[in-house]
Amino acid sequence: MKITIDEDKCVGAGQCVLAAAEVFDQRDEDGVVVLLDSAPPQELLADVEDAAARCPALAIEVEK
Amino acid sequence: MDHIVVVGASAAGLTAADTLRREGFTGTLTMVGDELRPPYDRPPLSKQVLAGEWEPHKATLRQESDVQRLRLQMVLGHRATEVDPAARAITLDGRERIGYDGLIVATGLRPRHLPFGHDLAGVHVLRTLDDTLTLRAELLGGPRVVVIGAGFLGSEIAATARGLGLDVTLVDVETTPLARQIGSDVGELVARTHRDHGVDVRMRRHVTGMTGQNGRVAAVVLDDGSRLAADVVVVAIGSVPATDWLTDSGIPLGDGVLCDPTCKAAPGVYAAGDVANWPHPLVGGRIRLEQRTNATLQAVTAAKNLLSDPDGALPYAPMPFGWTDQYDTKIQIHGWCPPDAHVEVVDGDVRSRTFVALYRTGGRVVGALGWNSPRALLRYRGHIAQHPGA
Ligand SMILES: Cc1cc2nc3c(=O)[nH]c(=O)nc-3n(C[C@H](O)[C@H](O)[C@H](O)COP(=O)(O)OP(=O)(O)OC[C@H]3O[C@@H](n4cnc5c(N)ncnc54)[C@H](O)[C@@H]3O)c2cc1C
Ligand code: SF4
Repeated sequence: MKITIDEDKCVGAGQCVLAAAEVFDQRDEDGVVVLLDSAPPQELLADVEDAAARCPALAIEVEK
Repeated sequence: MDHIVVVGASAAGLTAADTLRREGFTGTLTMVGDELRPPYDRPPLSKQVLAGEWEPHKATLRQESDVQRLRLQMVLGHRATEVDPAARAITLDGRERIGYDGLIVATGLRPRHLPFGHDLAGVHVLRTLDDTLTLRAELLGGPRVVVIGAGFLGSEIAATARGLGLDVTLVDVETTPLARQIGSDVGELVARTHRDHGVDVRMRRHVTGMTGQNGRVAAVVLDDGSRLAADVVVVAIGSVPATDWLTDSGIPLGDGVLCDPTCKAAPGVYAAGDVANWPHPLVGGRIRLEQRTNATLQAVTAAKNLLSDPDGALPYAPMPFGWTDQYDTKIQIHGWCPPDAHVEVVDGDVRSRTFVALYRTGGRVVGALGWNSPRALLRYRGHIAQHPGA
């Protein structure tokens, strides 16, 4: 699994952190997403897909 | 189920389509939208797109290839004008009938208008991308702008117009901007932020009329007799659910489509997004949310429930989340921030314009608001009790 992020689109909603805290965090200043692991283990796939689906800015792309 | 029709080609509609495919629906999937443009996202409209920071296509929700992957029959530029739930069919443009086994209603809202003024050139509402591009073109001429309504949308438009260097006045009947959405304690801070940026903020004022010259708006008249000279007026006084096409259907309507706790409105009919009104099991009453995250989450639930109907349908009980960006201020809200709540700052401080405030009613926390504090705010989400007492 490979994750890419469009920082420019991110609105700092933190929905991704709620869905998969192992993979996503936020910058303190503006809340823009920080990718903790761009190639997380496969067992996190469901959580990561959930994060991508919840993101109101569609800023997260997941390649299986 | 062989054929599912989704009416409304925006955030909620697309997510519903996505979810149906992800959940293994292999039948025919038709999406009807009355706008001609491929589905796009609305939050950037009053912000990046109106400001000219984003090319319009950047707000597009799905690329052509994604739509193809969904095997979606897109019927754009056509209105659903009727639905016959007994026969399981919708009518397009008053002519063509399309049968369905399952229907998802995701038609969102239409802007409310004032009883006067809208016949004058220069008077705008903003809901669609086309509205935004029309308004943007006018803002480039350096006009004097009056924004009527200081809710989320009006406040954002005022901030964006001011960011373009324009002369901006913001008018509302409430005591502060966002008074109904976040209360007047924090609303006062929003007013101060606008004033600090040079916006003329007129609160507690009714707009009683508009005057025009040669068919174009010239001034906005207030109840205290003052006249605000204006070249462009934006009316942002709220929106109403787009349920006109459902009027004679027998589908229960009120403030939106009245659903059950699983987002079901009639046999085989579900609703999601801004148009859906449902009893929130943890609130103890009906709610309707005009928030971008709700459009997504509710569409996921509605689509899943349509497929698992009638046995496996699950109640939809989200913790609401919304945000607004004005100037360099990002306000985010989890839960509810009712105007009568007791507000307490629990993190950061108001003076440095970085804080988290908790909203309490009847002694329990019902909402958390972050002002430029996205990361800190998440830590307080768990404090919110699941019964806002509505
Ligand atoms: C300018 C703006 C800025 C916003 N900013 C924020 C923000 O910062 N944060 C936030 O949380 N939320 C924000 N929102 C709210 C958010 O965009 C909405 O909650 C979201 O768009 C709702 O999606 P929806 O799919 O339910 O409805 P909509 O996006 O309204 O889509 C409904 C679609 O259905 C179509 N339609 C209606 N009737 C018919 C019919 N009879 N036949 C066919 N098609 C029809 C409409 O033309 C429309 O394209 C903003 C909204 C606007 C307008
Ligand atoms: S959910 Fe999306 S918008 Fe929100 S922080 Fe994560 S990437 Fe950014």
